[in-house]
Amino acid sequence: MKALSQKRRHPLAAVALLLLGLLLTGGLYSAATSINEAQATNTADVYSASDVEEGERLFVANCATCHGINAEGSDAGPSLIGSGAAAVDFQVGTGRMPMQMSGPQAQKKPAQFNDEQTMQLSAYVASLGSGPAVPDEEYLDVEQGNIARGGELFRINCAMCHNAAAAGGALTEGKYAPALDGVEARHIYTAMLTGPQNMPEFNDSNIPPEDKRDIIAFLKNNESQGVPGGFSLGSLGPVSEGLLIWTLGLALLIGSMVWLTSRSS
Amino acid sequence: MSTQSLESKYTEEQYSEVDQYQPATRTGKIANYVDTRVGGTGMVREFGRKVFPDHWTFMFGEVALYSFVITVISGAFLTFWFDPSMASTRYDGSYVPLQGVEMSTAYATALELSFDVRGGLFMRQLHHWGALMFVMAMAIHMLRVFFTGAFRKPRELNWVVGCTLLLAGLGAGFTGYSLPDEVLSGNGLRIIDGMLKAIPVVGTYISFFLFGGEFPGDEVIPRLYSLHIFIIPAVILILIAVHLFMVVTHKHTQYPGPGRTERNVVGYPIGPVYAAKAGGFFFVVFGILALLGGTFQINALWNYGPYDPSPVQAGTQPDWYIGWFDGLLRLMPGYIGDIPLEFVIPTPWGGNSVATPVLVTFLPITALLLGLFVWPWVEAWITGDKKEHHILDRPRNVPGRTAFGMAMMIWYFVMWAAASSDLIATHFSLSFNDVLIWLRVLFFAGPILTFIITKRICLALQRKDREIVLHGNEAGVIEMLPHGEFREKHTRVSDYELYTLVSYESPEVTSARPNSRGKVGLLEKSRVRLNRTFFEDRVAPVSREEYLEALSHDDHGTAAELPAGSVAAIESKKH
Repeated sequence: MKALSQKRRHPLAAVALLLLGLLLTGGLYSAATSINEAQATNTADVYSASDVEEGERLFVANCATCHGINAEGSDAGPSLIGSGAAAVDFQVGTGRMPMQMSGPQAQKKPAQFNDEQTMQLSAYVASLGSGPAVPDEEYLDVEQGNIARGGELFRINCAMCHNAAAAGGALTEGKYAPALDGVEARHIYTAMLTGPQNMPEFNDSNIPPEDKRDIIAFLKNNESQGVPGGFSLGSLGPVSEGLLIWTLGLALLIGSMVWLTSRSS
Repeated sequence: MSTQSLESKYTEEQYSEVDQYQPATRTGKIANYVDTRVGGTGMVREFGRKVFPDHWTFMFGEVALYSFVITVISGAFLTFWFDPSMASTRYDGSYVPLQGVEMSTAYATALELSFDVRGGLFMRQLHHWGALMFVMAMAIHMLRVFFTGAFRKPRELNWVVGCTLLLAGLGAGFTGYSLPDEVLSGNGLRIIDGMLKAIPVVGTYISFFLFGGEFPGDEVIPRLYSLHIFIIPAVILILIAVHLFMVVTHKHTQYPGPGRTERNVVGYPIGPVYAAKAGGFFFVVFGILALLGGTFQINALWNYGPYDPSPVQAGTQPDWYIGWFDGLLRLMPGYIGDIPLEFVIPTPWGGNSVATPVLVTFLPITALLLGLFVWPWVEAWITGDKKEHHILDRPRNVPGRTAFGMAMMIWYFVMWAAASSDLIATHFSLSFNDVLIWLRVLFFAGPILTFIITKRICLALQRKDREIVLHGNEAGVIEMLPHGEFREKHTRVSDYELYTLVSYESPEVTSARPNSRGKVGLLEKSRVRLNRTFFEDRVAPVSREEYLEALSHDDHGTAAELPAGSVAAIESKKH
């Protein structure tokens, strides 16, 4: 302590302090950013060279019109360099890509490529630059997820667009958040990770993989638990309830009224 | 005085006869025992003979009453378990996705009712469907009363009681909607809080007064509970009693028809047929509600999660009857172009903001609700009609009122639809923004177009009625006459139908009446202008001369051959 107090007025003390500060902030920054980078796997570890090659062939034939011959992007579609395997897995795996037509957002439809081809396309895009990778199986295992915690996370992060019962909801200009019923765990995960269409990106520092698994577990539980109260009416809340009372409810009422006031003739 | 009249009514012998009456049967003994102490005979004699006309549209008020009773019964069941406390607790019931989640006791007990109380979920759903049906039945009952003119003298005050009942129904619904303390109802309260705070100067104080401090606080749910289970139901019950008492005093209105006049009521007495029918109808309504409550999920509050002021979920809407308030807020833009509608009054303490977009929404709300209350007087003022009316109007025969009512309905409907603008967008693959823009256009254009179109439809229907009276219905039979002419046969309508088609009042435009100083004031001028909008397009009902003229053209029968009744029907239209 004494040495420090004696040397603190040394001409080089300011320089030393500045250096220390820079090192600290730089170190923190690199630590913070590397959490995301850690996800970007080395392509060579996961995909073989032939996968990448085959993926490139598929890409040129099916995707290059909009995304450019080298996936550099064009007026019709964004660059895919750095999009990562997870993005391809979601977009191609759910049938959104190749897109049927341009519009406010890509529509879900039957997948146009089989699992192997999707993997090959993922391999090619992953080889272009580091990006989010396809999740490990352990993070898709809903058995390990905490349903209650997943529910809390879902209500805080997802329900404002996807509806509390995951029935979907409207966004601006014809865009929408789709219903999540029947979506594969893998695609829920990759959607959160990559933020497709108009969805914000929930990267691993925002929602860690374990939490993503909790959310998936919550959604899968919702699907399997059934509807406690009878027909769910689309889980859309008071609007569909109001519609039912004004249609079926009113029809039943009027039917019984006409019956009661009819004369036997 | 009363002793005197009693003395004159019955002789001493009659009294002693009643006193010494000994019933023969066992049931008779019990009945006599009760009757001599309760005086049931008198009540049955008075009310049991009350005659009510028979028509299915007269039963919506009954539905409202029955669904209210069912809602009270199921609500009483719910109070045994529901605890309206905002104290924090950790959920440990049987619904897995919420186990261990921190929430208010109110929400936890609502979940307990749904999952751990036998029959609790059914009762909750029955209660909620009952509430939706209660307000719907009141609304339709009101529309029936409006479009048939049943609110006219002497029933104006009962109309006001009905309007108050509707408001009380909205209050009961909204306070109930807010009780479970999940995200959906919390957002509803937040909107109410925002609307209160938008009121200049006193808004913040009212909000703090209601919530017992800053929103949400821990007072509001117990307070809403007192309102919901005690004060509002009591108000509704009292008003229902007044409403029914006035119905008995005024006697029920009836649709026009042969033998029905302003001085009688044609129908059946309450006892025994109507009493049985009404009692049975209660159970029909109960059955319909039980069917809905047992098969259709309503307010799945376990989905929404415990209230937290930060998240708002997609598809957050109020129950249908509050929808138009929500819709108005959605319709009202916060900006026009780049100009914000909200502005700040600079003050020494940093400025007071005026939430114009919220305040503007109060205008249509006030206009519609106030208009509802005062309409009977407004219409009487426009038409200058101060007579009593017990015979109802067919809506087509009062084109002005029908068109105005439809215009207001469409106006309401646009606001109502705006509350589901997001679901309209997703379910019809439309742009949310476009839906709002179109609804904004319809908000202004809809009522005007509706007024014009409805009036034309009414007049066209009246012309069609004239056509049917003068020429009869097309029989669908083509005749060939001996000289080769083809002609379709027409059948004359029955006397019964004829009466309905020709016997109605058809007022004409009244000119301005000068006041006591012999001048026509501004108010009188606007009255005349409105009167003209009401009555200047007019299809006169068929007159006796026209009818006889038509009959003389009729090859199939002459006036002499027709029963005297049909001419009499035309005669009597000038009642």
